[in-house]
Amino acid sequence: MNETTAVPRPLRIVAPVLLALAVIALWQILTDVYAVPSYLVPSPARVLETLVADRELLLRSLTVTLGIALVALLLATVFGTLTALVFVQSRWIEMSLFPYAVMLQVTPIVAIAPLIIIWVKNTWIALILCAVVVAIFPIISNTTLGLRSADPGLLNLFRLCRATRWQVLTRLRIPSALPYFFGGLRIASGLALIGAVVAEFVAGTGGSGAGLAYQILLAGFQLNIPRLFAALLLITATGVALFGVTIWVSRLALARWHESELGAAD
Amino acid sequence: MDARHREHREGFALNEIAPPVVAIRGVEKRFANGTQALAPVDLDVRHGEFVTLLGPSGCGKTTLLNLIAGLIAPSRGAIKWWGNPFSATGSLGRKLGFVFQAPTLMPWARVDANVRLPLDLAHADRAHADRAVARALDLVDLEDFARHLPRELSGGMQMRVSIARALVTSPDLLLMDEPFGALDEFTRQRLDDEISKLWAAQRLTVVFVTHSVAEAVFLSTRVAVMGARPGRVLDAIAIDEPFPRGDTFRVSTTFASYAQRLSRLVAEAGAESAERT
Ligand SMILES: Nc1ncnc2c1ncn2[C@@H]1O[C@H](COP(=O)(O)OP(=O)(O)OP(=O)(O)O)[C@@H](O)[C@H]1O
Ligand SMILES: [Mg+2]
Repeated sequence: MNETTAVPRPLRIVAPVLLALAVIALWQILTDVYAVPSYLVPSPARVLETLVADRELLLRSLTVTLGIALVALLLATVFGTLTALVFVQSRWIEMSLFPYAVMLQVTPIVAIAPLIIIWVKNTWIALILCAVVVAIFPIISNTTLGLRSADPGLLNLFRLCRATRWQVLTRLRIPSALPYFFGGLRIASGLALIGAVVAEFVAGTGGSGAGLAYQILLAGFQLNIPRLFAALLLITATGVALFGVTIWVSRLALARWHESELGAAD
Repeated sequence: MDARHREHREGFALNEIAPPVVAIRGVEKRFANGTQALAPVDLDVRHGEFVTLLGPSGCGKTTLLNLIAGLIAPSRGAIKWWGNPFSATGSLGRKLGFVFQAPTLMPWARVDANVRLPLDLAHADRAHADRAVARALDLVDLEDFARHLPRELSGGMQMRVSIARALVTSPDLLLMDEPFGALDEFTRQRLDDEISKLWAAQRLTVVFVTHSVAEAVFLSTRVAVMGARPGRVLDAIAIDEPFPRGDTFRVSTTFASYAQRLSRLVAEAGAESAERT
């Protein structure tokens, strides 16, 4: 919106891509010139080779990790939103429950994960549960804040019109909460992936259910550093893609009216 | 007493048979934090009147208007609407319209959906609502902007949408809290003209809040001058001037003398409360 700081759209994509290319080129040159062994730092070409050579293994692991992250994100969205809706029904409910939501948030997932993995027999479900625990908090807190942020003037207007609680919720609170909700979703998408990877590390599940974290762990033990880099690259790419999707979804939903998305709409 | 004045008085006498639209008796308001926002207030608003609450910032104008709207309850005293408690106004089929200081529109909804809101909330009949929305938008001259979003309109236009929303239910009592306070002088005068015409054409009963003396004189049949600390109604002054009022009234000596009288009242009240504190 700000004319002086506006960067033309093509440049916004071209600039980081150019930077990446430059860094990769420098990396390739340095590893070549100093003949760095690939078990310390593999050259970009070597990482790419591994990515292609191990594609079956890596893609299978990627599907596992991505599946866990997506299911966890979905569950966190559903249950986080429901929790927020319960919270705004009464200050008492919120007051008694919110501290526990905070406790859930501040306790590091690596500390809780072993317990969850012991208690829940099915590893896949245990991993999803861990990722949900990490991802749910921003959805709860943002959506609660959003539902409460409805314009007091409009709330008065609804009261003057003798609106029911249900009308206030559906016609005023939920639309007002949408921008906040999508902000929470954006953060949660990244956290779901982080939660999935961390839980996989703790669980150390191999075999057919091995995710990307396990590949990284294994590659580390075997000093197969090129594969470690390849797996790392995939995780990062997945995170960026997830983030991009949530931005795209929130734009679809809000572009029509909300300030934060006005630049995109016009 | 001239003829016009007498006619006015007789109109009032006829009116006095029916209970006033709003009857405020000894109403006080003390907020939870201990602020005494209103000392005992007595005020009647009769059918067809345009009553303006005039006073400096913080004298309790919004508080009094919110009490009249039934949004807050008095700490002491009683208010009657058409001779009944507030809960009965709905079953009497009486409707209130409210225009806030800011446009307070739903940013995600188009102009027609915003105006339609009070009807939707009351589950009004679809065809009837369509007609009422079209009429309300026509009244404020926005029929061409029905499909626009609030952010695509200027501040003055948004305020007019807000007025259309208040008029869409054909309210028996219209309450307006400094509706044009945030607008420039030109826009404000134009909207004052429009409101004055609407009031006359729709036979509305209006309670209007402002801190502009000129606006109060131009619009009102009666001005209730309020003082601060504690908020109270000092005096109610009738503006005996025929409608429609136009720019000639704005520059007349009658206008100036009313404005002077009101200003002096407000100033005296200010000096008085300054002495006391
Ligand atoms: N909810 C509240 N809780 C406590 N005090 C309040 C509340 N609302 C208003 N007051 C106080 O009551 C007094 C009157 O406030 P009010 O908003 O009615 O003034 P006003 O005449 O409308 O002023 P303005 O012209 O600035 O809008 C002020 O001293 C204010 O601080
Ligand atoms: Mg006010």
